[in-house]
Amino acid sequence: MPVGLLGRKIGMTQVYIEAGIVVPVTVLELGPCPVMQVRTVDRDGYEAVQLGFGDKPRRLATKAERGHVAEINSKRRRSRAEAGVELLAKADCEPQRYVREFRTDGEDHGLEVGQVLTVTQFAETSHVDVIGTSKGRGTAGVMKRHNFAGQRATHGVKKVHRHGGSIGQSADPSRVLKGTKMAGQYGNSQITMRNLKVIRVVEEEGLLLVKGAVPGVTGGYVIVRSTNKMG
Amino acid sequence: MRNRQELLKSVEQSSLRETPLKFEVGDTVDVHTRILEGDKERIQVFNGVVIGTCGGGTRESFTVRRIVAGQGVERSFPVHSPKVAEVVVLRHARVRRAKLFYLRDRVGKATRLRERRAKVGEVEATVKK
Repeated sequence: MPVGLLGRKIGMTQVYIEAGIVVPVTVLELGPCPVMQVRTVDRDGYEAVQLGFGDKPRRLATKAERGHVAEINSKRRRSRAEAGVELLAKADCEPQRYVREFRTDGEDHGLEVGQVLTVTQFAETSHVDVIGTSKGRGTAGVMKRHNFAGQRATHGVKKVHRHGGSIGQSADPSRVLKGTKMAGQYGNSQITMRNLKVIRVVEEEGLLLVKGAVPGVTGGYVIVRSTNKMG
Repeated sequence: MRNRQELLKSVEQSSLRETPLKFEVGDTVDVHTRILEGDKERIQVFNGVVIGTCGGGTRESFTVRRIVAGQGVERSFPVHSPKVAEVVVLRHARVRRAKLFYLRDRVGKATRLRERRAKVGEVEATVKK
């Protein structure tokens, strides 16, 4: 099973598949993703693969980011080598803009640091999960945020046309229940779209076409993993 | 980072018709569409005047208007759908606008369009017998 991939959202369009059926698709640009680190139970307490996406110019990267991907011969590394500490392998690539880990507990993924993953690994996959950051809408009222109906435009409604109405009872319980839907920050949160159908994999361009919408702005970063949802 | 618009275009390219349909607004056309009847495929023809095109890329479509039993009928076809087998141009017309919606307000003789001869390089109009 593919570990997963990082990428960005290119935008939506529609394509014809066989029999003249037109499908709305979101185009995702995935990879190439270098494996930056492989986490093991012995060393880190859990198993995971750390991938990166998008080269970050060296002038923008911190020393730590550069040292994470390549040998920069630091004083600390030298002293640790002298002390006989086993040093981690480096991916030997450019610093990456977007770095995320994929848990691989108990899985035999067979990946090594420095390996580069491309969209090819999804060639056999039928459905994927896509994780993105939804568009931020700032502080939003209950009509936008929770699809409340609001109140009437006329018939004596005074300056409360977009209000939510009552938020609870009076004497009992004399407080607002936790989780009551109210106005507040809407969007700009991590959203997972599960079980999106893979329509096409364009290997030479590194593109993945999934059916339907994907959270976030075009150009936004996304995480794609094969789905664990059945059916 | 590669250009997003170009990547989108390259994806759409695969869904576009290989040989573009050749017709213009105002043309009288026969649209041949593939229809699945049971498990047999047959061709259905819709005849009428192209009164406008809409959209671009894979979403491009055109609208054909005809009069059936005194009732105006309009049908829109996606240009790039594989279901649209062929568009045969029967005659060209001289029109001065991109959308011929004014034909909707006209009946009988007033719906006629001034015919013009095919431009150089344009498909020869096939005469319907």
